[in-house]
Amino acid sequence: MIKVIEMAHNSYRKLKEKTIETALFLSALSSVLITIGIVVVLSYESFGFFKEISLREFFTETQWTPLFAEPKFGILPLVSGTLLTTAIALIVALPLGLTVTVYLSEYAPHKVREVIKPILELLAAVPTVVYGYFALLFLTPILQKFIPDLSGFNALSPGIIMGIMIIPYVSSVSEDAMKAVPMHIREGSYAMGATKLQTAFKVVIPSAFSGIAAAFIIGISRAIGETMVVAIAAGGMPNLTANPLEPVQTLTAYIVQVSLGDAPHGTVEYKTIFAAGITLFFMTLGFNILGFWLRKRIREVY
Amino acid sequence: MVKELKAEVKKLNFYYGGVQALKEINLPIERRKVSALIGPSGCGKTTFLRCFNRMHDLYPHNRYEGEITLYPDNINIISPEIDPIEIRMQISMVFQKPNPFPKSIYENVAYGLRVRGTSKRAVLDEKVEKSLRGAALWDEVKDRLHHLAFDLSGGQQQRLCIARALATDPRILLFDEPTSALDPTATSKIEELIIQLKDEVTIIIVTHNMQQAARVSDYTAFMYLGEIVEYDKTDRIFTAPSNKLTEEYITGRFG
Ligand SMILES: Nc1ncnc2c1ncn2[C@@H]1O[C@H](COP(=O)(O)OP(=O)(O)OP(=O)(O)O)[C@@H](O)[C@H]1O
Ligand SMILES: [Mg+2]
Repeated sequence: MIKVIEMAHNSYRKLKEKTIETALFLSALSSVLITIGIVVVLSYESFGFFKEISLREFFTETQWTPLFAEPKFGILPLVSGTLLTTAIALIVALPLGLTVTVYLSEYAPHKVREVIKPILELLAAVPTVVYGYFALLFLTPILQKFIPDLSGFNALSPGIIMGIMIIPYVSSVSEDAMKAVPMHIREGSYAMGATKLQTAFKVVIPSAFSGIAAAFIIGISRAIGETMVVAIAAGGMPNLTANPLEPVQTLTAYIVQVSLGDAPHGTVEYKTIFAAGITLFFMTLGFNILGFWLRKRIREVY
Repeated sequence: MVKELKAEVKKLNFYYGGVQALKEINLPIERRKVSALIGPSGCGKTTFLRCFNRMHDLYPHNRYEGEITLYPDNINIISPEIDPIEIRMQISMVFQKPNPFPKSIYENVAYGLRVRGTSKRAVLDEKVEKSLRGAALWDEVKDRLHHLAFDLSGGQQQRLCIARALATDPRILLFDEPTSALDPTATSKIEELIIQLKDEVTIIIVTHNMQQAARVSDYTAFMYLGEIVEYDKTDRIFTAPSNKLTEEYITGRFG
């Protein structure tokens, strides 16, 4: 009798376990399926695009004017606009982000850190549209005082603002990495007569390198995908240039522009959204693979 | 033989915040000899050792009282007027757990010199080789000086840390249980090395292992509850200790 109850109890428990396991599996599966779905739709729609426009034109043509009477479909101006603003953002975020990180992790007394960290997090909570108008209406006019050639819309100003925008992401992830470096490694450096600064740059940063690299990859991915700031302040003009003083358009800003317009479903103009989208997808994927590879290669040592 | 002192500890007190960890310590440190600090866990050996290179200055609320005089210059190591970095430039330390930096073998050894502003390749090359030879590691690593230090075994890593500490020609070398993370073979290599090194440098070693103290040291101080209970020539401490507590400790009755 007891045996039977026990068995019934056992099979009930097994069923419960199985149900929970299945539910968890399904929810994990759904996120994978959604990702696959996005890739499929992107590929399908851009496949339609590439039936009409050759890959050759797509990658070698230097103009992107799909909405003109005589349309040209070269993706390079949008890619260059994206890379240019991202590069400017990185040039700003790398030194500033590292400085903030080193200060927070190695220098700041506990109390100061408790004040600065929430402020940084607040920086991350500001809506990007605010950053966009800040770039257009505040930073650009100031920069124009120093650089008379700077046009009203340009790559420089939104690039700088994006750099500032990604500092909170970069510094919070890289600070975690630096904090995780064990104290006895730092002590080894101090015991050799090193200063705080030498210890931070010669020992702590190299020890936390993979985490810091990952932090910057996250930052880069955000800058590549950032839409509002560049849509507002960069000018919306596809422009194959490396000159930060000129107006440019990024992949994301272009997608917004066409999505908001009235390109009829099924036309080539409409499909350009997906062509730009899949290009963006591959760029971000590329950076994530780079980040993954960096983390693998620089073996975690502690 | 004339005894020559390298340092002398006088009435040293040390406090972690409000807690006193060292009490009225007096101790001579003989030049070019190995002095061992032994005693039960928590008695203050590490705390005492870390006074010599001012490691306690890295953390807030730590306080020293008294004097550790370094000879022949007659400076007080723990005086607040003396920059701890100056002290650490002259007194090196090897830690309990090997702690190489995430750099090549070569750069690990060159670290102290680079920190002092030396960047001439020839100077560095010569010092790195000399230090690695001094740490009995040269033959094992001479073909892979530019490999990451983490590729070495634990014992090799510890000898690398010794080479790193030797590269700056320290006047005193501090060891805090340098073999507690190592196997017996690696341990006996390090012990041989310590015996060789005392020809050139004054050594203070903290150890839990009484056989180790007996094997490598010339003088031994027995510590208990933050105080020095007995200090004497090592063979005297281990054959005829004058204090009952010391005798109980070395015969393994407590600790
Ligand atoms: N950072 C610290 N803050 C406060 N108290 C400490 C600190 N470090 C050590 N102590 C205390 O000081 C005393 C001496 O510790 P210490 O580490 O010097 O002992 P030890 O002899 O080296 O012991 P062991 O043989 O276990 O390494 C202990 O009571 C310990 O709890
Ligand atoms: Mg200890």
